[in-house]
Amino acid sequence: MSDRRELGKYQPLSYFQLMEVSLRELLVEKGVVTEQAVQTALESVRSRTPERGARVVARAWVDPRYKASLLENGTRAVEHLGLELPATKLVVVENTPAVHNVIVCTLCSCYPRMLLGIPPEWYKSRNYRSRVVREPRAVLAEFGTKIPKRVRIRVHDSTADMRYLVLPMRPKGTEGWSEERLASLVTRDCMIGVSLPKRP
Amino acid sequence: MPQVSKRSGAPSPWPQYPNDLPSEPVRFAPLERVRVRMSAPLGHIRTPFYIRGCSGTIERLCGSFPNPEELAQQRSGLPAQPLYRVRFLQKNVWHGYRGHPADVIEVEIFQHWLEKADTRTRDE
Amino acid sequence: MATRRHAPEALIARSHHDMGGRPAGKVKRVEHEAEDWERRVDALMVLLTGVLDGKRQMTVDELRKNIEALGPQAYDRMSYYERWVISITQTMIQHGVITTDELGRKMEEVKARTEDPCRK
Repeated sequence: MSDRRELGKYQPLSYFQLMEVSLRELLVEKGVVTEQAVQTALESVRSRTPERGARVVARAWVDPRYKASLLENGTRAVEHLGLELPATKLVVVENTPAVHNVIVCTLCSCYPRMLLGIPPEWYKSRNYRSRVVREPRAVLAEFGTKIPKRVRIRVHDSTADMRYLVLPMRPKGTEGWSEERLASLVTRDCMIGVSLPKRP
Repeated sequence: MPQVSKRSGAPSPWPQYPNDLPSEPVRFAPLERVRVRMSAPLGHIRTPFYIRGCSGTIERLCGSFPNPEELAQQRSGLPAQPLYRVRFLQKNVWHGYRGHPADVIEVEIFQHWLEKADTRTRDE
Repeated sequence: MATRRHAPEALIARSHHDMGGRPAGKVKRVEHEAEDWERRVDALMVLLTGVLDGKRQMTVDELRKNIEALGPQAYDRMSYYERWVISITQTMIQHGVITTDELGRKMEEVKARTEDPCRK
């Protein structure tokens, strides 16, 4: 258990770590899962990072027809790029000069994990989940994102089977950039809607 | 298939994510005005408390999916329930809401939590 | 629906996890690098819900229901994956995949195996 030993200092398993080991061993003993399957699932979880979402956004920025297909059926469009998106019904919402989108799951932590990976700690927090539906501008300001008064905000509460991705606006001054270079401006937070893409 | 207003950004295919599950009949169309039932039962519920009793408009039909209230109790959740994204004006949801008057909140709500709204109330 | 704020029915009519719109503090922009055991819990959930073509043993709805059943104090004090591992384990007991007795004995076995051998 390398995650609980630091340089000779012994740390016992926490109650919850003990639970994880016990559960997993029992499930393997009973043939419900195999160690190999757990490893495969672990690798699958590790492989999912925001860079995947950034690729989708960058493609939408350079290709208007792709963007239209993304807004029409997010899952199909993502898979069209060769990115596997199992068990995800993706709804892509577009930022415009008049509209800013932000995503939350007030009831738990629903998030497009199969595309972006594990959601950030703050996304799952009491304070974000409680307040962003009621005072989105104030919460976005806490992220350093100031939304002008004339821009209206759409908050999306991910309560059921859909999962959400914000398509931010392409930053100015990126004319002629390659998709790869554009993708480097797309952060996880701007695909949740609490930030804007990095400036060029 | 009903044409959906492009202004709402909702897709024109109807439903957006179809499947082969046996489903309750679809009752509401995009732009139709609906009200979330003011109900407080027990069990696993995916209709947030803050939106109950509020009125909004159908933004899209997502599709029909097994009822999570039933799935949580180890049951199949079938027949599937139509699931909608419903759009609400924030100023109609929160007392004293401060923001753009056209700010909205969009929530996925299963059909059995919705009823037709009084059409005489103010439009979204 | 009128309920007295601190009346017992208020605790039940609105579950603690259903927090949209409740007063709360500033968002702390913490990042948490998941520990190995936490990633394994996440991976186990992917496996058990049949996302990667395996047999579905449970649903995400059951995971949520059992997290919601933790009660307000436990919900607030436990970390994200602590809630998950308890919920998944409860679900497996509810399904009869494992029994309480099996779990207890396994936990004792693992604890004995992983205890510091220098400590007596």
